[in-house]
Amino acid sequence: MFRNQYDTDVTTWSPAGRLHQVEYAMEAVKQGSAAIGLRSKTHVVLATVNKASSELSAHQKKLFKIDNHIGIAMAGLTADGRVLSRYMRSECINHHFVFESPLPVGRLVVQVADKAQVCTQRSWKRPYGVGLLVAGLDETGPHLYQNCPSGNYSEYQAFAIGSRSQAAKTYLERKFETFMECTKEELIRHAVFAVKESLQEEELSSGNCGVAVVGIDEPFVVLDPKTLQSYIESLETGKEEQQTMEETGTDDRQSLQVQHEGTGSRGISVGAGDDSPTDMET
Amino acid sequence: MSMMFAPRLTEAAAPTTHAAPTWSPYDNNGGTCVAIAGEDYCVIAADTRMSTGFSILTRNYSKIHQITDKSVLASSGFQADIRALQKNLDARHQIYQHQHSKQMSCPAMAQLLSNTLYYKRFFPYYAFNVLGGLDSEGRGCVYTYDAVGSYERSGYSSQGTGMQLIMPVLDNQLKSASPLVLPLRQSTTPLSEVEAVDLVKDTFASAAERDIYTGDGVEIVIVNRDGIRHELMDLKRD
Repeated sequence: MFRNQYDTDVTTWSPAGRLHQVEYAMEAVKQGSAAIGLRSKTHVVLATVNKASSELSAHQKKLFKIDNHIGIAMAGLTADGRVLSRYMRSECINHHFVFESPLPVGRLVVQVADKAQVCTQRSWKRPYGVGLLVAGLDETGPHLYQNCPSGNYSEYQAFAIGSRSQAAKTYLERKFETFMECTKEELIRHAVFAVKESLQEEELSSGNCGVAVVGIDEPFVVLDPKTLQSYIESLETGKEEQQTMEETGTDDRQSLQVQHEGTGSRGISVGAGDDSPTDMET
Repeated sequence: MSMMFAPRLTEAAAPTTHAAPTWSPYDNNGGTCVAIAGEDYCVIAADTRMSTGFSILTRNYSKIHQITDKSVLASSGFQADIRALQKNLDARHQIYQHQHSKQMSCPAMAQLLSNTLYYKRFFPYYAFNVLGGLDSEGRGCVYTYDAVGSYERSGYSSQGTGMQLIMPVLDNQLKSASPLVLPLRQSTTPLSEVEAVDLVKDTFASAAERDIYTGDGVEIVIVNRDGIRHELMDLKRD
């Protein structure tokens, strides 16, 4: 993006009718490491790519529990995300204190969006530099929302934000119609596979990815590394089984498999979408 | 003219009468709470009668509130204030869990309760609290409070309308002898869990005989390493 004369202030419009500062803030989100979300009829799963700034440091925390029924994944300036998550937690606690019931997800998302909008219309503020994927459950079922620095929000069946999220999005676009009927395990496997797509060359391990789940009667929880590692491994075995299956030509039904669309000669299960990562379109 | 110089009896000097208050922000809903700390358990109990004046509002109201996996609060007094206090502590505990990724220990909760009560020093929560649970080492602990947050850890305690009937009995059964006579014992009772529960049942049955505000039923909560257990016992309904 090249510099413009109208991009110094968030309160200055450009002649093209754009607020460049807001767009630059969204760019910060695109530069952050990926966050992915997907939902079914009963669960919502969030997954993140965890980048460590150096080999010596621990990975950044990008999955936050907001309340028993809501959690978020963030991409971008995680410090801004921490501040927003503190606000969201406070709102949930206050709502629960007054109404003795959980704050509906959509309401919380709107409150965050309004808070973000304020920063786009004050000369002494700057927009938040973080994009949030908000996963939550309320009376109307499971929901996945995205919150933008611009103050916009929208609901999704599945989505990905951050760097190299397009790879994950492409995978999700292929599979999302099957998500509603997925079990929790299948949904998590889809999420882990989507993270794998975003990592591309890098080896997927419980060290560089994080997963969290929330479901009906299941409070939001970030999966511990051991559980996560077993999901990652099941992905690998699924991939091997699928490859042997393709070689032998049998059609055994496996627990890994999810409903398939006829996408040519490509593999049909989660673990073995392709023979190699480089075949994936980006 | 001379009237100007004669000392006049002003309102301030004359004896004033205080008008009897027509409305009080408080009410006492009665009831009694007891807690006993053991080596590896804690028993917290409260009767289930809620009253106002000489009337019974309900025979089946719980004065016991579980705040964390290891802390249980029993309170007698003004139940509206008590409910507000419970919600306050719950919210504060949620915040703590978000910040520290773990639950509060019982001693930490004890301090928080004290601070919360003193915060309203000049319009107090009309709550007489007994906090029971397990400390970080798994030993039973009991904390007893006054309405403005003064607290102390002890091996056993009771609060409420039946307190004066029950406390001497607990002293008799549980109090360790003076340190001059025998070496100072731990602040937990050597009684077994079953014995402690039986003692609690007996004390409530006795208190219900003479305290009009105590009766209908006892709710007993036992906290030990396996978790939290509930028992209910009937009391005289008169």
